Amino acid sequence: MGRIVLVTGVSRSLGSRIAENLAGDAGVDRVIGVDVVPPIASIPGIDFIRADIRNPVIAKVMGEAKVDTVVHMGVIATPKQAGGRSSMKEINVIGTMQLLAACQRTPSLEGLIVKSTSGVYGCGAKDPAMFTEDMEPKHAPTAGWPKDCSEVEGYVRGFARRRPDVTVSTFRFANFIGSAIDTAMTAYFSLPVIPTVLGFDARLQFVHVDDGLEILRRAVHHRQAGIFNVAGAGALTLSQAIRLTGRPRVALPEFLLTPVGRSLSRAGLLDFSYEQVRFITYGRVLDTSLVERTFEFTPAYTTHSAFEEFLARDEELVDVA
Amino acid sequence: MPDAQVIQMGDSGRLSPSKAARLVGNTGPQPAPAAVRTPEHALHGDFASLPDSLRAFVEEAWEFVQRRRSGDYAIDEFGFDPDLTEHVFMALVRPLYRSWFRVETSGLENIPAESGALVVANHSGTVAFDSVMTQVALLDDHPAHRHLRMLGANLVFQTPFLGEIARKAGHTLACTPDAERLLERGEIVGVWPEGFKGIGKPFSERYKLQRFGRGGFVAAALRTKTPIVPTAIVGAEEIYPMISNAKTLARLLGLPYFPITPTFPLMGPLGMVPLPSKWYIEFGDPIHTEDYPDGAADDPMLVFNLTDQVREQIQQALYRLLMKRPSVFG
Repeated sequence: MGRIVLVTGVSRSLGSRIAENLAGDAGVDRVIGVDVVPPIASIPGIDFIRADIRNPVIAKVMGEAKVDTVVHMGVIATPKQAGGRSSMKEINVIGTMQLLAACQRTPSLEGLIVKSTSGVYGCGAKDPAMFTEDMEPKHAPTAGWPKDCSEVEGYVRGFARRRPDVTVSTFRFANFIGSAIDTAMTAYFSLPVIPTVLGFDARLQFVHVDDGLEILRRAVHHRQAGIFNVAGAGALTLSQAIRLTGRPRVALPEFLLTPVGRSLSRAGLLDFSYEQVRFITYGRVLDTSLVERTFEFTPAYTTHSAFEEFLARDEELVDVA
Repeated sequence: MPDAQVIQMGDSGRLSPSKAARLVGNTGPQPAPAAVRTPEHALHGDFASLPDSLRAFVEEAWEFVQRRRSGDYAIDEFGFDPDLTEHVFMALVRPLYRSWFRVETSGLENIPAESGALVVANHSGTVAFDSVMTQVALLDDHPAHRHLRMLGANLVFQTPFLGEIARKAGHTLACTPDAERLLERGEIVGVWPEGFKGIGKPFSERYKLQRFGRGGFVAAALRTKTPIVPTAIVGAEEIYPMISNAKTLARLLGLPYFPITPTFPLMGPLGMVPLPSKWYIEFGDPIHTEDYPDGAADDPMLVFNLTDQVREQIQQALYRLLMKRPSVFG
């Protein structure tokens, strides 16, 4: 008998793609997608349930369908997607709590897979060059998505203690990139003139969407407990990444950049939070040896090639024009 | 004037810049390709008449600029940019090394050609020229042209520009995970365990080693089983003789010290020119760590003893070199 998988946050791009990939897999019998809004295009092969993970109905669905694996993709990165920061926090943190409560009540559950972010390590001058999974953040995130993710990880750890029979895998992804995804970083690198912090050149790492989806898929099939960093090999400096885009760069002192970011966010051009400014100041690099050993998984794209694949999108657009 | 040689510049359009760069490195003995006059040659009509060395330099600089503009270079996870370090940073400080301080090195055979080692040296001179000169010494004078990866203070990486340059030049924050990671990769790691206590000490205490941190560097070497190379640097103490320390000003600026030298701040920017003392860098006999049992790094007594041994060896080497040198400005 194959797996019965429940995917949360299925109406957003990553959630819908992982659900679709899983539905096509031989070892998966049924994929149930959950989200508050229906997906833009119907996803072939999955059963969509329009429900809020904050609603008790989710526990009923999980029990009746005898779900054995939950893939939690329902942590939203930007306030724009959720319609404001407070509702974003509500969906991310309270939503996860409710989902975990439902998971705890589902005896058939064997595996829980959580998409988190490397943002939980924070970023700053005192960081080690590369983070391993067991390191405590030196500059813990204080707001926004990374903060939500640290709280989510905290609740997930609590759940793992209460249900030791469930294999819990948490993936801390570097920033997603690729031609088929829109994130705060892709919006940033698409600005006509790219603002940076004067006197700093962050070390950046990216993970290609396809690699991210692949590791989540593997985790569904081969359960491995733990927290895993996922990133494309190597690193780019911010200045190098901007040179690769071919766009002009303007270096501003930090005290000017924060207001510029705020006005860009207000104009709806970009989600450019304080955390984002810190990220382009210091950046962050992950040690990914654990995921490589445990899952025998090496991302197909390096950080450099993932970024170039993202840039290929612009070239296609130019060709069409 | 000999006949104009065909150079590979016109080919750069057909080669990837990195490949072209590799080719530029060994243009000499290779058979020259067929003479193709490209528009580039036409534009650089006088180019062929330049002397060989200058032409090679212009070519290399051209390739470098192309590479930098297009982002076609690689950095490692620490942010080390070998391309920039070799072509810009080292080129900028090399005249100081060769002509200003006239650095003489010895004991380079104590630095392995391929595997890792921990270079531990005394720190002095108000501004950390000693560490930069050690980096030049290992890159230029070591037969294997090793890059020195230093471990720096928090302050370095918090400071705009300085932190950026330090990362690109291959250095990282002084912390155990980074030190061990670099040593495991077989890099030459440099530490200056006296830190600001050493570099910011008054001139009257020159060549007296300060406390050697907490011995973290010894533990890192033990854990990775890499040799420790005690290194003595003579000459750096005299470049900015610090006669006083403006402590209040330092506190205001958030600096560990604010130096007053005979020329600074009295003579303004001119006072920032280092005095041209004669330098000696001696890489001493390595202290091997591979014979210690696993877990030796967790034995504080052993770590303290080894730390003292390294410190003692550097102090002795300093006295020996000082006796040998004819005068401060050699």
